[in-house]
Amino acid sequence: MIVFYSFIILLLIGSILGFFLSVAEKKLKISKDSKLIELENAMPGANCGICGFAGCVSYAEAIFNGKAKIGQCAPGGQKVADKCSSIMGLNQEKIQKLKAVVFCNSDLNSTEKEYNYKGLNDCNSMYMLFKGSFSCKEGCLHLGSCINICPENAIFKDSNGRINVNEELCIGCGKCVNICPTHVIKLIPEQQKYYVKCNNHQKGIFVKKECKIGCIGCKICQIKYPDSGFVVNDNLASYSDKSTISENTKKAMENCPQNIIFQI
Amino acid sequence: MTYLGIIITFIFINNFILVKFLGLCPFIGVSKNSESAIGMGLSVTFVTATASVICYLSYYMLLVPLKLEYLRTMVFILIIATLVQLIEMVIKKVSPALYKALGIYLPLITTNCAVLGISIINIDESYNLLESFIAGISAGLGFTLAIILMSNIREKLSITPVRKWFKDVPITFISAGLMAMSFMAFDNNLLINLGLTA
Repeated sequence: MIVFYSFIILLLIGSILGFFLSVAEKKLKISKDSKLIELENAMPGANCGICGFAGCVSYAEAIFNGKAKIGQCAPGGQKVADKCSSIMGLNQEKIQKLKAVVFCNSDLNSTEKEYNYKGLNDCNSMYMLFKGSFSCKEGCLHLGSCINICPENAIFKDSNGRINVNEELCIGCGKCVNICPTHVIKLIPEQQKYYVKCNNHQKGIFVKKECKIGCIGCKICQIKYPDSGFVVNDNLASYSDKSTISENTKKAMENCPQNIIFQI
Repeated sequence: MTYLGIIITFIFINNFILVKFLGLCPFIGVSKNSESAIGMGLSVTFVTATASVICYLSYYMLLVPLKLEYLRTMVFILIIATLVQLIEMVIKKVSPALYKALGIYLPLITTNCAVLGISIINIDESYNLLESFIAGISAGLGFTLAIILMSNIREKLSITPVRKWFKDVPITFISAGLMAMSFMAFDNNLLINLGLTA
């Protein structure tokens, strides 16, 4: 009898609560605009936050409300921008896609060590101690904070400790750029094919003391191959002209005395 | 027991996670970074406070008159699950900003044993309505305290060199155990020394 009684009571309570919930669901329903749903589906869904919003859904909402521009999505690039503008019915100019590149070619043996670092496995904490244990103060610290923060696992360390970015996996979110204490990772336009893999702005004689493979600012690339696109500023060569790829660019790369010009 | 005594009891002496071992699932699951830990803690506080009031009312107004006290566990689970669903819907409708901060954690709390635990403890300790409300809030605050401490420890652990076989969950369990041992230092003598026992 007791079992039957409690069964009835529980059934009653359960069905009352269930009925109550279903009524509440109908009453409290929020209608979502179909455009907003389409926008959310158009997003890549990486939730990387480079657009400046908390995630893909909130960026879609911001576009829908007119608070954000189309084309701030780095991983999606042109494709997502085109999709969004067609959904919103707007014309959108071309956007530039970026990718991260490590501007330092050093491995663990190419620079002198000033002291033995035994601390947290984190570049920023190493940087607090005399700007890192390596003699070059503007180069890579080899501890790999960028590897840990990369959402796409695009950054890797080879067997010598040299840190590189896998260009195919990089989405250009810029998280590694922000975490690197020496600013040795930079974003460059995707169509740029050549770059100088060094970040040391000191004069050549000091660079040679600190690092075997740094750019010494000899200006061979700039003077001998005038239209190669390489310019030396502040004792450091950089590839500035992105549109012209001439014969000389290749020659400059081959004839660099430090072999520090790389092609992607 | 005074109200202050109840607050101290549920935050320190009978901390839900570290002493009673209730609600360990979100404690391990959502404590990876402090931002989500705070969100989770606040939603648990909100739900424990409301659930202890609703369960108190349903126990004394429904189960006791019907002489069905033995059904309280099942009825409480039903009521809490419904309540959390309802709160989620209301928050979604009324305040999207609050929903973004707390809403994603609400479904996790639906059948959390910490919420059921506080409702049953309220009945066992025969608290009155106000006392159970305060107990609910302070149990939630104790949960928040523990989960925030844990998330800070885990953030530190994630950049500390830890042996491979201890990484992530094992080292978290060890640190949780050590935290629980330190919370054992709070016992009823604290209440007696503060003069808060009735």
